[in-house]
Amino acid sequence: MSIAPSPKTSWTTRTRESAVDALPPEKLLPDSQPSYVASWIYVFGVASIAALIVIIGSGVILSLKGPAWWHYTGVGHFINSIHLWAVELFFFVMVVHLWGKYWMAAWRGGRTRVWITGAVTFLVAVPTALTGYVSQQNFDAQWISTQAKDGLNSVGVGAFFNVTNFGQMYSYHVLLLPAAVVALVIAHVLLVRRHGVVPPFALGTARDSARVSPAVERTPALSGVDGPSPASSGAPS
Amino acid sequence: MSVLGAVFDLNHPAHVVHWHFIELSVANIVVIALMLAVFAAAIILPFPGAARRRRSES
Amino acid sequence: MNRLGRLRSHDDTKPWTGPYAPYDLVKELCIAVGVIALLAILLAILFSSPDEKPSTIAQWSKQMPINFVTTAAKELDGTSPTAEYGPPYNHNGEGQHAAFIDLQKWLGVSHPIDTANDFVVDPLETVPNNPALQSALAQYRAAPEKTQKAWGEAYAKPLEEYETAIEEKKTPPKTVALDPASGAVTVQASGAGPIPVLMGGLLGLAQSGGLDGALLTSNQFFQTDYTKPLLFMADGGLLAERAEGQHLLGEQWGMMNETGSYPGQTWLWLYTLWYQVEPFKASENADILVMMVMGVLSLALICIPFIPGIRSLPRRIPIYRLIWKEHYRAQKSVP
Repeated sequence: MSIAPSPKTSWTTRTRESAVDALPPEKLLPDSQPSYVASWIYVFGVASIAALIVIIGSGVILSLKGPAWWHYTGVGHFINSIHLWAVELFFFVMVVHLWGKYWMAAWRGGRTRVWITGAVTFLVAVPTALTGYVSQQNFDAQWISTQAKDGLNSVGVGAFFNVTNFGQMYSYHVLLLPAAVVALVIAHVLLVRRHGVVPPFALGTARDSARVSPAVERTPALSGVDGPSPASSGAPS
Repeated sequence: MSVLGAVFDLNHPAHVVHWHFIELSVANIVVIALMLAVFAAAIILPFPGAARRRRSES
Repeated sequence: MNRLGRLRSHDDTKPWTGPYAPYDLVKELCIAVGVIALLAILLAILFSSPDEKPSTIAQWSKQMPINFVTTAAKELDGTSPTAEYGPPYNHNGEGQHAAFIDLQKWLGVSHPIDTANDFVVDPLETVPNNPALQSALAQYRAAPEKTQKAWGEAYAKPLEEYETAIEEKKTPPKTVALDPASGAVTVQASGAGPIPVLMGGLLGLAQSGGLDGALLTSNQFFQTDYTKPLLFMADGGLLAERAEGQHLLGEQWGMMNETGSYPGQTWLWLYTLWYQVEPFKASENADILVMMVMGVLSLALICIPFIPGIRSLPRRIPIYRLIWKEHYRAQKSVP
């Protein structure tokens, strides 16, 4: 029995084909990297993802028993401690990752969106943490919410985002903002896979680089599509 | 309710460092110093697998 | 050279056509998750996490009864910070603005709070079997606004004098007295009408724990919005007193700090820094000004690839030579 060919108007076919065109499997999950990916600074991106996984994992356990659980059981308090320290580790490694990527000028070679998604992830992570702090249901939450309200009210955000409303803040913290962070991280990582890790600066051209040039004529090589894929470069798998 | 763990009890008022108009807790200074140290170490320390990468280049 | 050309960076980054080396991304992720999880567990075992119990209105009214009554009197006569806040709580204040940008006003009152009724009169209405209190309430409600205001000012005057004396570390006036046995506060104020009875009733309700519940109730059974009790407490002195002891006040760079000796929110360093320097420090519009500065800087962070100077700094300051030292060494050794 033969399968009828899918029409070119099929949304499913078009979605699949454009996804596979943009990120074929060997590009989505390559088993090699350019030889210049050889520094400890490169582990801080994956460390940020790892910290996010631990945050979400410990957060899921906390939400299984509800927001008051950690106040009256030792196990709950321990899971809360893991959650808090994972957040500290997350910001720690993410900022080191940011510093590394800045000093590599990692937006080069058509990688502007990689930088943008990364920066926005950091900026969304800050209110995600804030909603967590005001959801603690302890003195810290009381103080932070009564202080933060002034900053948010001053720019009108307090009209629809009320840090003293526990129900709203808990909802944002457990669902909406983590979903936003995860979506941004996925976009960020897919863009890194698409464009590859930024190559090193070419030595000897540093003095020329500061000069502003006329509009750079984009060659196919600079249009965001990398050169030969790892599979065709002859590198051992 | 017993607190599981807590080898070191940090539930006492923080020690604070004042420098001109800057006022930072010791804990925050430690975190910031560690971040700078870890960044420096990350870009200075050699990454393992150099021999394997040299072999793949040749 | 056209204008767009001036904005474009000289990006000579070419796609990599050089060698690749094996790199196991999935193994790296698994190792990273293991390491971070172990680190988080270790830190949790070593240091745990802070959990300072929340303050209640009952505690506030028992530990600082004169401060409670002073605050309650201001809520009733509309001179408390919440009463005069403006949007999103009421129209009694202008709110903050930066030049013509008045977002606080433009977004309007979305969480209406009438401090006199919400914090004082309505909770007192719930107190049963107290004819003196019911009579005082009826007298207050029936009086014209001008009379209510005059009563409020007469009652507040000795309390303000008491507060000022405490702040200046002077002997407080005898017009305000606290009975340590009962926790009751007596204020000698002529022309205060029924207000002393109302304040006495509110203090009693608070000390019994009833006000915590009364402030939380609304039109429905299930409650999750703590705005009213939090704003009432924040108008008083207990939260600020606890915060000062924990280095959480604004002028203590408190935004970055956690209770106890735990590390806090170091990533908020730039946000809190502006509050410590002029013109923000003394400004009545400090919050909106700082938020606008941080908004601009956040946008700048996102747009670094487009900002001349900032985007070329990594090339000028060769930290990259350390990062890619193996690559540059390999390049040099190629004949």
